[in-house]
Amino acid sequence: MAALEEEFTLSTVPLGAGPNGLLGVEQSDKTDQFLVTHGGRTVILYKVSDQKPLGSWSVKQGQIITCPAVCNFQTGEFIVVHDNKVLRIWNTENVNLDKVFKATLSAEIYRIHSIQGTEPLVLFKEGAVRGLEALLAEPQQKIETVVSDDEVIKWTKVFMVFRHPVLIFITEKHGNHFAYIQTFSSRTLSKYTLFHGQEEKSVIQNFTASVDRKFISLMSLSSDGCVYETLIPIHPRDPDENQRVVRSLLLKTVVAGNAPSGVALTVLDQDHVAVLGPPLPASKECLSIWNTKFQTLQTSRELPQGTSGQLWYFGENLFMLHGKFLTVIPYKCEVSSLAGALGKLKHSQDPGTHTVPHFVNWETSRGYGFGSQNSEQSKRILRRRKIEVNVPPPAFEQLLSTIKKDSEKDIEVELCKFLAVKRTPDFHAIVGDIVLELLGRHTTEPSFYPRNSLMQLIQTHVLSYSLCPGLMEAALEKTDVQMLQLCLQQFPDIPESITCACLKIFLSISDDSLQETEINMESVSDCSDPVQEKMDEQTEILQNGFNADEQNCDSCDRKLNQKPQDAAEETTSCPVVPKRAALLNAILHSAYSEMFLLPHLKDIPAQHVTIMDWICLLLDANFTVVVMIPEAKRLLLSLYKFVKSQICICSELNKIEVSFRELQKLNQEKNNRELYSIEVLELF
Amino acid sequence: ASTSGAEHASARARGAAVERDEPPAIGIRCVAYNNQSNRLAVSRTDGTVEIYNLSANYFQEKFFPGHESRATEALCWAKGQRLFSGGLNGEIIEYDLQALNIKYAMDAFGGPIWSMAVSPCGSQLLVGCEDGSVKLFQITPDKIQFERNFDRQKSRILSLSWHPSGTHIAAGSIDYISVFDVKSGSAVHKMLVDRQYMGVSKRKCIIWGVAFLSDGTVISVDSAGKVQFWDSATGTLVKNHLIANADVQSIAVSDQEDSFVVGTAEGTVFHFQLVSVTSNSSEKQWVRTKPFQHHTHDVRAVAHSPTALISGGTDTHLVIRPLMEKVEVKNYDAALRKITFPHRRLISCSKKRHLLLFQFAHHLELWRLGSTVATGKNGDTLPLSKDADHLLHLKTKGPENIICSCISPCGSWIAYSTTSRFFLYRLNYEHDNISLQRVSKMPAFLRSALQILFSEDSTKLFVASNQGSLHIIRLLEGSFKHLHTFQPQSGTVESMCLLAVSPDGNWLAASGTSAGVHVYNIKHLKLHCTVPAYNFPVTALAIAPSTNNLVIAHSDQQVFEYSIPDKQYTEWSRTIQKQGFHYLWLQRDTPITHISFHPKRPMHILLHDAYMFCIIDKSLPLPNDKTLLYNPLPPTNESDVIRRRTAHAFKISKIYKPLLFMDLLDERTLVAVERPLDDIIAQLPPPIKKKKFGT
Repeated sequence: MAALEEEFTLSTVPLGAGPNGLLGVEQSDKTDQFLVTHGGRTVILYKVSDQKPLGSWSVKQGQIITCPAVCNFQTGEFIVVHDNKVLRIWNTENVNLDKVFKATLSAEIYRIHSIQGTEPLVLFKEGAVRGLEALLAEPQQKIETVVSDDEVIKWTKVFMVFRHPVLIFITEKHGNHFAYIQTFSSRTLSKYTLFHGQEEKSVIQNFTASVDRKFISLMSLSSDGCVYETLIPIHPRDPDENQRVVRSLLLKTVVAGNAPSGVALTVLDQDHVAVLGPPLPASKECLSIWNTKFQTLQTSRELPQGTSGQLWYFGENLFMLHGKFLTVIPYKCEVSSLAGALGKLKHSQDPGTHTVPHFVNWETSRGYGFGSQNSEQSKRILRRRKIEVNVPPPAFEQLLSTIKKDSEKDIEVELCKFLAVKRTPDFHAIVGDIVLELLGRHTTEPSFYPRNSLMQLIQTHVLSYSLCPGLMEAALEKTDVQMLQLCLQQFPDIPESITCACLKIFLSISDDSLQETEINMESVSDCSDPVQEKMDEQTEILQNGFNADEQNCDSCDRKLNQKPQDAAEETTSCPVVPKRAALLNAILHSAYSEMFLLPHLKDIPAQHVTIMDWICLLLDANFTVVVMIPEAKRLLLSLYKFVKSQICICSELNKIEVSFRELQKLNQEKNNRELYSIEVLELF
Repeated sequence: ASTSGAEHASARARGAAVERDEPPAIGIRCVAYNNQSNRLAVSRTDGTVEIYNLSANYFQEKFFPGHESRATEALCWAKGQRLFSGGLNGEIIEYDLQALNIKYAMDAFGGPIWSMAVSPCGSQLLVGCEDGSVKLFQITPDKIQFERNFDRQKSRILSLSWHPSGTHIAAGSIDYISVFDVKSGSAVHKMLVDRQYMGVSKRKCIIWGVAFLSDGTVISVDSAGKVQFWDSATGTLVKNHLIANADVQSIAVSDQEDSFVVGTAEGTVFHFQLVSVTSNSSEKQWVRTKPFQHHTHDVRAVAHSPTALISGGTDTHLVIRPLMEKVEVKNYDAALRKITFPHRRLISCSKKRHLLLFQFAHHLELWRLGSTVATGKNGDTLPLSKDADHLLHLKTKGPENIICSCISPCGSWIAYSTTSRFFLYRLNYEHDNISLQRVSKMPAFLRSALQILFSEDSTKLFVASNQGSLHIIRLLEGSFKHLHTFQPQSGTVESMCLLAVSPDGNWLAASGTSAGVHVYNIKHLKLHCTVPAYNFPVTALAIAPSTNNLVIAHSDQQVFEYSIPDKQYTEWSRTIQKQGFHYLWLQRDTPITHISFHPKRPMHILLHDAYMFCIIDKSLPLPNDKTLLYNPLPPTNESDVIRRRTAHAFKISKIYKPLLFMDLLDERTLVAVERPLDDIIAQLPPPIKKKKFGT
């Protein structure tokens, strides 16, 4: 659900609207730091979370900044344009803008674009575009004219598409709008006429755009208060031809029609846009978040002191003028989650809180030593602190050199020797190093895959994913399901993307190749009647999965081997072979956080998923869609029934618990009545 | 009666029966551990402060009685093993650990005191007050002196911690933590704590505890269930652990700063350790390693000794959990300790009239035991012909808790003492009516008693005062006469805590917390002898009839028998010392609190702790470590041979527990007072409810 958090003011200096107001807000190369360009003469670098300025630079009296300052992500320098033609480039160590690098160009600049992954791009008022490097090499080079006379650039934006920048700018001429797309991979410029459709009278007031793989989705806010969307292909079929694109209505009347000023629009993500402006003709100005897919207003925030029609969105922050101050409103949009609604969503665990298995297990060591008690030695003895633990045993050095050059057989022998030696306190770290060493050789020498040694090392029970990054990736690459199963069982900290990759492999591996591999079948050991059946259609699986008899709240307790009570379904009790079931159980029993798993799960085709939990998670990922489509009505109904029965069970359990407590209380009262008693006691 | 034993009818009274108006279970508010002396100070919500000697089998060797207006919120040790507390009445109190009284109380003038911390060098004391002030006091040899205030904060200071160098302090308040420079007294950083709790914004976030580490890290625990690590140099949050759905209320760090412990309102204690993340690197990080759940209610206070985690909470338990990896010998000392009951006697009895006197914090109750005419066999509960009677409910005047109380064996006198007053009452019985008359004009020297005892014939009263002196008073009908005062041995100021008088009225034994037991001759009013000092404190004392053997129980579970006339240990005592006690006997974790004797069986010693009572039959062979110590009554169908072969000197019964008091009323009657734990728990506020099913 989209939500706006508490706003805070960034600048303490009041800003005026209009030309002396705010020119722009741009990201710097450091997260949380932003360049704010004041219309007159000043550029300030702010650290947003601290709400304090880190640096401020001004141009000389008489000069005027004409284009917002940007950061060159490749060099970390800042670039600003003053008096239309003069470029200034500086960094945080410079104090005086007058003394920094200066380049005077031959044409007037409209904007400098700078985004991650490419050099800054300079867009001239005549429509020409240049890379900064080329421009600085020859500042006085001739700049061609692209747009016709009286054609004025209104808005521009740059995107990265397949690692190449794509620049779009919109021009206006006599009330008509044109879009130019400049691609740099093929160096083509294509021009489109924006066709207004039926709403000829409305005037376009503000633009924003987002990019999909093939299209730029250009959104415009018109004077009638509606948002229109125009899809412009990035790579046109015929670049030379002037093409027409038609816009379609996206959102109706998000701001009051004919609002005098202060309207703005920006895309937040693929489903959400932020709109600045008064929602009703007479109302105060508002910042509203709209869901474009469902055309619903998600949240809004009133800006009683007015705003300027400028809105920027970077990372998680929305920047705008509120009154005379630059205001930041953090914005968050969480994926709506069915699991959350069902209460099944586990608390996301702090990754640091995983219990590291090498610690002393109190419960097992507690019983030890009670019998060996001697009345004389009852004094507590402090164990001398072993500080010099970090010196690895000599066997370790020997092993490392073996790994570097010898055969797999030799390594196994050497490893056995090493593991036989007494464990030191940093044993887990040393084992991690050995695995990394083995993997290192594997990457340089792909035929070298010391499977047995790796398995042996995993079975020391001291490894975790973070101790040997790359091990599971190597196993994935080799489709080594046995090792993957072992890792899933042993490692407490597998990233969800890897868990998902394992799942993909487990689901796609053929039954024949499964037959050949050795898999630990413990988790499905009592599955007496394995049914060798290919997967069925989704609906049937769902029915099986949602069978009320096998519902169990806790996903971790679920095993595939539960037998449905319904006799009719007995033949289809397990839609997968036991070996695959064992593998899938390994995934279910592994530690994962559903929140992080969701995005990866979206990549798994639905017909693979056979397990209730995963369906649930899939549902989470696509919940809003499922709720809307009529085909899902049956599913929703069965879901509803399931949840209802679940709640029933829980409430009954709670009732039973309360009854037991009452019984216990009654029991106590009964005992209490015998506050005084005389008993006969024979003493020896 | 069977051939090998006697039949006793036992009256079983449950102390819980009698009080309904006052909570007997007093939760633990603070704990403070002193490394030099290996002692633990514990304060309770009624203002009582207890000192546990961790080296002496965790024995509660000293206590300071509570006071209604003195709710303790902070407790700390300073240099020279001086103990300070601060509380809601705004006073800083120093305790005299020798004389067992309050040395002085000083108003800090900042409203209620919420937190306290002694500087690393031990010579400066910091208090955090309700009005947001942090006040620095200089600890002088005999007092403390106000030095200055730090910058006043907006709200109360709930927690304080010094940087080990003594240059900075961290102070936890509501919603933020301040870091002060000690020299200038000004706040150098203010670290705002997130109020959010699992996405829900709580109204306030209370910083219940802070700890300042030498590398500049500040660890905070708060009411939103977080343990957070802050960089005090930059004032930024470094790491956040969400560990509870409720408040995290306490934190304590080990001296090595490699481990710390936190306690939560859910009754859970979490252990964090600093461990290395990779080999060959010095990089270490804090990892939550072990959770413990030994409490049902809030864990209000935790402490970290070099070898154990100590926690105390609203559920009145003090839990000492040794750290296995720090203990080399995995013996009984490495086991968990849970201390629930006081290590002293709160009940006395009048054998003649079958009366029991129960001592509570603010009142005394006198009960007459019931009777029966029926007989039965072992294990029967007999029908009562007369139920137990609640005869008297005596409320104290004033806010002070009762320190000690006693009823005379004849039942005609009751005496009790608070910190500042001594009360003596005369009881008159006329048929079923009872009248009470206070003996007025008590002498000035009888102001505060640590222990009171009547002689067997109820003609003399012995009072151990907190100045180390022992007073002997002759009781007459409705009046008294001061007979003598034994002054403390020259050079000692230690108070006597335990008294025992011989049934013939000739000998009085008195013991303090550490020095030996002194035996006085009452006829000649002089010191007779001193039993050689022993390393562990005395927990119970009694003198046997006819033989005048003094039986002494120590906190390490050793029992000695010392002949007063011969001024030496008895032969039996030497034998058992030579052979050693059974290992299971030594592993009991509650001290013996009362010793008594059978008038007709001189070879028997009756003693009890909280979980068993034992009759030591000196005529039988001693058990060795191979024999079964706890040997329940063999079935009667076994032959006498087997019975005799398996019999040994220690006859232990665990029928009644927790056992607060047990004494022999006459040859055939034992009285036992149980205090069921369920009753204590039932009187506590309900713990945080955790739903077991559903969501």
